[in-house]
Amino acid sequence: MSLRTALLFAASLLCAGAGAGEIPPSERLSGYDLMSRETRAMQDDDATNPGMLWVLDGEALWNRKAGAVGRACAACHGDARTSMKGVAARYPAFDAALRRPVNLEERIKLCRSERQKAPPLAFESRDLLALTAYVARQSRGLPIAIVIDERTLPFLDAGREAFHRRQGQLNLACSQCHDDNWGRRLAGSLIPQAHPTGYPLYRLEWQGLGSLERRLRNCLIGIRAEPYAFGAPEFVDLELYLMWRANGMKIETPAVRP
Amino acid sequence: MTTRREFLVLAATSLALSEAARAQLDPNLAANRKAAFQEALRRIVGDTQVRRGRVKLQLPPLIDNGNSVPLSVAVESPMTEADHVRAIHVLTEKNPLPDVASVRLGPRAGRATLSTRVRLADTQSVTAIAQMSDGSFWSDSAEVVVTLSACLEEGLI
Amino acid sequence: MARAIVNVPARAKRGEIVEVKTLAQHPMETGFRRTQTGELIPRDIIRRFTCTYNGTEVYRVDLHPAMSANPLIAFSTIATETGTLAFQWAGDNGYSVTETASIRVE
Repeated sequence: MSLRTALLFAASLLCAGAGAGEIPPSERLSGYDLMSRETRAMQDDDATNPGMLWVLDGEALWNRKAGAVGRACAACHGDARTSMKGVAARYPAFDAALRRPVNLEERIKLCRSERQKAPPLAFESRDLLALTAYVARQSRGLPIAIVIDERTLPFLDAGREAFHRRQGQLNLACSQCHDDNWGRRLAGSLIPQAHPTGYPLYRLEWQGLGSLERRLRNCLIGIRAEPYAFGAPEFVDLELYLMWRANGMKIETPAVRP
Repeated sequence: MTTRREFLVLAATSLALSEAARAQLDPNLAANRKAAFQEALRRIVGDTQVRRGRVKLQLPPLIDNGNSVPLSVAVESPMTEADHVRAIHVLTEKNPLPDVASVRLGPRAGRATLSTRVRLADTQSVTAIAQMSDGSFWSDSAEVVVTLSACLEEGLI
Repeated sequence: MARAIVNVPARAKRGEIVEVKTLAQHPMETGFRRTQTGELIPRDIIRRFTCTYNGTEVYRVDLHPAMSANPLIAFSTIATETGTLAFQWAGDNGYSVTETASIRVE
């Protein structure tokens, strides 16, 4: 890293840490802390957490041979409990070939098509959700650890800018609800701080498991903005920012949320 | 972006709503649902009087989402061959249909309980009825406030 | 594919009351939801859940659309003898799932 880059990088980090209205680390709360006791109980018990149905599906897919090469994920990655530990905690991560960060769903899709030579898994398909949930489950309890360097910094900045930008017919920025008004109510629902600690998660509203992108699409539709398509780079920038903003918080996948 | 043609199709379709769908717009909705509840109750207990007590129905008073409301029922009973709970029924007053679940059990259960998650379409009262081996009926009710209702709100996204 | 998860203690004392938790993967389509163009999505639910213990029915539930998606059914049963608890879910459109769990009773 050149001196100039290092100085810019350091300056950026300082700005990032002292952003106006951003939640100080001591006040960070997961959506878990803001839900009812009963919904928390639903998440805590693997026997009653519906997300576990997808995690089990994911385990089966992990061990199933796939693609033209006829190899399962397990053939290269072995036991996910060891090999995938900590992975979800550092995604979105930079992909050298694509020269941009990718989220966990995209990483799995890439492995599927490029290494297993299998037909692509569609975004939000049951199989992709199951595999993502299974992989992310292996990081449960671990702190989110997004590392920003000179390669990922521009994408973090893009995500931060999107989070603070007013958009949609309601002309609202994410930060107005999730930085400035978390803990208050919007039409009967408690506004969380928007830390993606438990994705993919079982949302009671969906009556099923869904990805962070699905939730972000819900938000954008909610403020009457045009939602990006699944897999859009704008989404990954925002996910990178959200995960970085939640650095240190524990992964809860598969979480349950209202 | 909805084209004019699409809009006209939508408008025409909504006018031609099926009877079932139109029923949800019925101005006598509350009265009809209450009647349905009474009917369901009668189907279960016949002419026998239902007594309050022995049944404990637990629901959170204010819930996160009407699609998935944790519910548990426990009935006081020795659960012996001579004296046990034969069935537990759960009913609602304001859902599109009054029945929620009916449990058949016996002394092998050890305890007469049910824990599950239900859908509630509105702020309302939920009732649990226990049918005893001696033919008597006991019940309990609980009030729940629902802000995001199931059944009637579209989960479009 | 995991169509249901059942939780039964692996061992118990004779006569002990054990907790059983079951979770089935099913959308429990109520029949009241409509598509964007107003058509009713047909009802598609689990209708009946049965638990047998070494062949004897010990718990049965008739489900209606008001049961949540991915239904949880938790109940208790007396650990009478070593054997198998069999769980069956049956519903619309030929839906039929079975799961078993063993219990060692001392």
